Amino acid sequence: MPNEPWRPSAPINHLRARAGVLAQIRHFFAERSVLEVETPVLSKCAVSDPFIDSLEVSFGFQPGIEDERLYLQTSPEYAMKRLLAAGSGDIYQMAKVFRNGESGRRHNPEFTMLEWYRLGFDDQRLMDEVAALVTRIVPSLSVRRLSYAELFEQELGLDPHAASLETLQRVCRAHVDAPFEDDDRDTWLNLLMSHVLEPRLKGAVFIHSYPASMAALAQTRVDAQGRVVAARFELFVDGVELANGYHELTDADEQARRLQADQRQRALLGLPQRPLDGRLVQALAAGMPNCAGVALGVDRLVMLALGVDNLEQVVSFMHARA
Amino acid sequence: MANYSSNQFKNGMKVMIDGDPCSMVDVEFVKPGKGQAFTRVRLRNLMTGRIWERTFKSNETAESADVMDTDMEYLYNDGEMWHFMDPKTFDQVAADQNAVGDGAKWLKEQDKVVVTLWNDNPISVTPPNFVELEVVETDPGLKGDTAQGGSKPATLSTGAVVRVPLFIEQGEVLRIDTRTGEYVSRAN
Repeated sequence: MPNEPWRPSAPINHLRARAGVLAQIRHFFAERSVLEVETPVLSKCAVSDPFIDSLEVSFGFQPGIEDERLYLQTSPEYAMKRLLAAGSGDIYQMAKVFRNGESGRRHNPEFTMLEWYRLGFDDQRLMDEVAALVTRIVPSLSVRRLSYAELFEQELGLDPHAASLETLQRVCRAHVDAPFEDDDRDTWLNLLMSHVLEPRLKGAVFIHSYPASMAALAQTRVDAQGRVVAARFELFVDGVELANGYHELTDADEQARRLQADQRQRALLGLPQRPLDGRLVQALAAGMPNCAGVALGVDRLVMLALGVDNLEQVVSFMHARA
Repeated sequence: MANYSSNQFKNGMKVMIDGDPCSMVDVEFVKPGKGQAFTRVRLRNLMTGRIWERTFKSNETAESADVMDTDMEYLYNDGEMWHFMDPKTFDQVAADQNAVGDGAKWLKEQDKVVVTLWNDNPISVTPPNFVELEVVETDPGLKGDTAQGGSKPATLSTGAVVRVPLFIEQGEVLRIDTRTGEYVSRAN
C-alpha cells in the first residue's frame, strides 16, 4: 500500500529531482564566487518577529536538567549578518529552519531555506539575480515586477500607503468574511494581500516597495511619489510566496529600536519574551557592509520545478511522518 | 463551554458562529511573509446547511458547540414530528421537518440513523447510506427485459419515488443509496 505510514511523503523520483535542484543552486553560486557557509541551527537568541514562533530546545550537561534554553533558528539571517560584518564577503547558505505552529499544504514546521547576501547590491539588483536563479531552475517562467502600490491601485483602486484604517477594513470585508476587530492597518493590508491579491497573481511576479511599516530588516527609501517605502521585495509564483528580500538595514541603532519594538509588541500580544540578539546589533555597530539579502523557500522552488502544488510531493517525510 | 483558539482549529471541530452550531469542513493556515497569521476556515452551518468561508486571526477564539452525532433508531412519525430512540439508553427525541429535511423520504421504522444533537436537541438526521424499501406502486414489469437498459419510476413504501429498471415489480424490496437517491439492486 503506498500510504503506509513508514513510507516517504514524496515519490523517490521527486526526491531525485530535488537533489538536482540543490546541485543547480550550488552551481549557480559557485559560478558567481558566492561562498557557501553554515551557521548554528541552535541559538541562544530567538527571532524577534512577533508573528514567527521559535521552537525551544532544552540544553543540559546532564540528561533531564536544563542548563540553557536554546532556540531552533527560524532563519539563518542574524548569524549570516554577523559573518558579513566580520568580512566574509558574498555568502549563501541552504539550511533547515524551524517555525512553530506552521503546518499546512504549503507549510511544514521545518523546511529548507536558501538565503544569500550580495555586497553592494540593492533590492532592485538582487531581484535580477533571484530571477536569474529561478528561471535557470524553472526555464518556462518569465518574471514581472510590480510595486505594492501599483498592485493595490490596479486591483482594488486604493492607495495602500494613504488609505485609512476604515477604508482598508471596509474594502477587506467586502471580499473576506473577517468580522474581528483590529486597529493595525497592516493586518488589513496583509489580509487583502493573502486572500484577495495573491490568488490573482498569475505567473512569477516580484512585488516591491512595501509600506514602511512592513520594512522588517529592510532599509526605507523615498519613492518617486515622495512616499517612504521599504526596500523590500517578495517573489510570488502563481500566488505562492517564494522569496523575500531586502536592501539590508545596516544602522545598528535602528536595528536595536526595531528589536525593542518587536519585543514590546510581543508583550502587548501576550507572546513569550525571548532573548533578543544583542550580538546582531553589535555586529551592525562594528560595520556591516552595504548589501542586499534574500531568503527563498527551496521546497517551494522544487514544487515549481516539478509542477506540483503540495509540499508532500517534494519533502521526504512531512511533519505527520517525521 | 470550552473555547478553541484559532491555532487549534481542525477539520470536524464543532463551534458556535453567530449563534448557530457550525462544523469545520476545511482549515487552512495562511501566513503572510511578515505579519500575523490567519486561519481560513470553510464552515458548514449545521442548522441551515450553508457552507461558507470565514477568516480568523491568530489567537482569536471560537466557543465549542455541544454537538454530538448519536446512533439512534427511527420509531415513528406522528404527523408532525419524527421520533427516534437511543437503543442504549432508551432516551427518545423528536425531530421536526427542518431537522429531518430531505432524509425523511428514506426513513423506515426500526432503521438505524445518525441524529445530530445540539444541546440535546436534534438538528439533523442522516439516514443510513443504504436502505431497503418495498415498491408500492410501479408499472407492470416487463418479462425478459433484464439485460436491456431503460427505467421507470417506482413509488416506495416511504413515499420516495426512484428510477428503477423496467423488470422491477410491485411488492419487490429494493436497495437504495440514500446519498444519491439511486436504485442499487433488489434486496436479498
